[in-house]
Amino acid sequence: MDFSLSEEQQMLKDSVQRFVRDEYQLETRRKLVASDTGYSEKNWAKMADLGWLALSLPEDFGGIGGGPVDTMVLMEEFGRGLVVEPYMTSIVIGGGFLMAGGSTAQKTELLPKLGAGELKLAFAYAERQSRFDLTDVEFKAEASGDGYILSGHKGVVFHAASADKIIVSARTSGGSRDRSGITLFLVDNNCAGLSRRDYPTVDGLRASELEMDGVTVGADAVLGQVGGGAALMDEVVGQAIAAICAEAVGCMDVLQETTNEYLKTRVQFGVPLSKFQVLQHRMVDMFMECEQARSMCYMVNLKIAEEDKVEREKAVSAAKVQIGNSGRYVGQQSVQLHGGMGMTDELHVGHYFKRLTMIDTMFGNKDHHLKRYADL
Amino acid sequence: MDMQFREEDLVFRDEVRQFINDNLPVELREKVQRGLHLGKDDFVFWQKKLNERGWFAPHWPVELGGVAWNSTQHYLFQNEQVEGNCPSVIPFGVRMVAPVIFTFGNDEQKQRFLPDILDSSVWWCQGYSEPGSGSDLASLQTKAVRDGDHYVVNGTKTWTTLAQYADWIFCLVRTSGEGKPQEGISFLLIDMKSPGIEVTPIITIDGSHEVNSVFFTDVRVPAENLIGEENKGWTYAKFLLLFERSNSLTGGLKQQLRRLRGIAEQELAGGEALCKDPGFAAKLADCEVQLRTYDALELRTLGKAEPGAEASYLKILGTDLQQLASELTLRAVAYYGNPFIPDALVHGYNEPFVGPDYAAPAAPQYFNYRKTAIYAGSNEIQRNILSKAVLGM
Repeated sequence: MDFSLSEEQQMLKDSVQRFVRDEYQLETRRKLVASDTGYSEKNWAKMADLGWLALSLPEDFGGIGGGPVDTMVLMEEFGRGLVVEPYMTSIVIGGGFLMAGGSTAQKTELLPKLGAGELKLAFAYAERQSRFDLTDVEFKAEASGDGYILSGHKGVVFHAASADKIIVSARTSGGSRDRSGITLFLVDNNCAGLSRRDYPTVDGLRASELEMDGVTVGADAVLGQVGGGAALMDEVVGQAIAAICAEAVGCMDVLQETTNEYLKTRVQFGVPLSKFQVLQHRMVDMFMECEQARSMCYMVNLKIAEEDKVEREKAVSAAKVQIGNSGRYVGQQSVQLHGGMGMTDELHVGHYFKRLTMIDTMFGNKDHHLKRYADL
Repeated sequence: MDMQFREEDLVFRDEVRQFINDNLPVELREKVQRGLHLGKDDFVFWQKKLNERGWFAPHWPVELGGVAWNSTQHYLFQNEQVEGNCPSVIPFGVRMVAPVIFTFGNDEQKQRFLPDILDSSVWWCQGYSEPGSGSDLASLQTKAVRDGDHYVVNGTKTWTTLAQYADWIFCLVRTSGEGKPQEGISFLLIDMKSPGIEVTPIITIDGSHEVNSVFFTDVRVPAENLIGEENKGWTYAKFLLLFERSNSLTGGLKQQLRRLRGIAEQELAGGEALCKDPGFAAKLADCEVQLRTYDALELRTLGKAEPGAEASYLKILGTDLQQLASELTLRAVAYYGNPFIPDALVHGYNEPFVGPDYAAPAAPQYFNYRKTAIYAGSNEIQRNILSKAVLGM
């Protein structure tokens, strides 16, 4: 039982904190969000230089071989900065899929590029009817000659526009809600038959609606086993949830700290707001939510490599529920306690609130994961 | 960073488990498991067993009979006790007054009082709250006036848990009206057999007799029973409250939720087990998620030496969850929460409960557990503490 960071992890934390302080002032971020790409290639290159993109990738393929706790440290600080670079989709998810299911050829070709910042990945899984069920897949992949023909629609594909390749879940057999018969494919973003409609998200990221109309891919585009996509998605999405919990913890801590500061400086009725007991108790409740969220974030990141699948999945869902509840409370109360200022686009509070709200929907909201937890 | 118990921790846990298996009589275990009322003999029996093994006062200094356990061992020990359905340790002597005596008392007091606490031959109760002094404890009015070698005590203490069994009471008394209210309080040990003490029961909403009023009329207390310095009692009281709040609740919560799940598997709703009902299943899952969070939170605090702010938020969150679980348990048993048959909670009651056995304690416990958010510094007071100590408000 040890909840302290190693010396390397502490150095990593310091280094990301410096990056956030230097590159992520609210005004700088605002410009990034409004730019063509929605993020900074310069930042991405810097992340590559600092070894962050290779952090979780295996040493055999040019990576650093870090574990979930290393990613957690990084993601928490990214959360504090509301970092918009596509780290989660490209490295945690894209890299995660390559590591968990990639062939030796795919790993050899792609992982070193990914870690060097020369390749970006995205993950297309959601469909109009699927809601949060990863295995509700109508997107079709039909065998044709040595390869496949892909057709269908994928919604809200994060960072699709900036990705070089997109990992797509497609049905190779069975009915639309069968767990079996789902296969993952690696598809070039610029291939014939693929069209995108790109748009910004409410929390300052980018996403796309993806349409494929008879996209032809070879057998070497299959990621993992044919029909084995569901298990692969469980594993990698579990890791992504563990990572996004850390991002949420970073967001919540900023809100809790700044709201506390604000109450001490804002004077009404001749006294700082922090002197009102009703607000003191509200702050304590926010503080307790932050501590609970952090505890579950540690828990899930320490259990994500657990052998026992049910225990691992329960940890994932329990953490996501807690993060959803805590994020909602801390976000809503931060706006409330800032009064009218909390409503403004000018203040950073609303931006954190929006990110926390969207984190709840990522990979299943708290209602979804509570039900999933109950069913496990 | 890791969340694994070390090999030696697990060896220790197994040792505790084995000890409980070997020493806790089946009948007593069943009483605890079924949520029946325990008597003084039940508590004392188990405390003496623990003491024979040297485990009754693990947090005491080793030279006085303690064990040099780390916080993980304390955690495991407490949780094994609950998992094993052991009677809880009554805290007033061993966990509350004893640390005050060995920290602030003189040698004579240590020799006089600690051995009797260790072998459970003397039962202590806590004289803090008064009718006019609850959350605002420092406003207490029970007076102790020096008269030669004695203090003469007059006043009323209330909510005194299990005073009906007590041989001694440790009291906060007012020895001075000067300065701030906190500055005139002393910490006094009083023999319950002293002339002028009267104990009357307070029956709580669950129908049980746990708490009492204790009246003091011209009670003469030898001055040698004063702990530390006169008018410094508030310091000792605050020290003690930290111990009161730092009890691990994880084990008890796990047991509560396990019982609840067991009930939800047996109760029927619409021809199916209640736990399959989507509405109830969601509430149950929500409780279980909160328990996991609480456990993770408590495990994070294990490495920290002194119970500080963590004790306050663990108290709030733990008691909130106890209340929620007891509420869900009452809902789970539906109509069989209604029958009020207090005897059914007494061991040896020969008639079956009118409904399923598990339903008998549901309503009493729900009503009784409302106390958890009130005692040991209400959860509102804990928030006051946290807003100052942690948030600097």
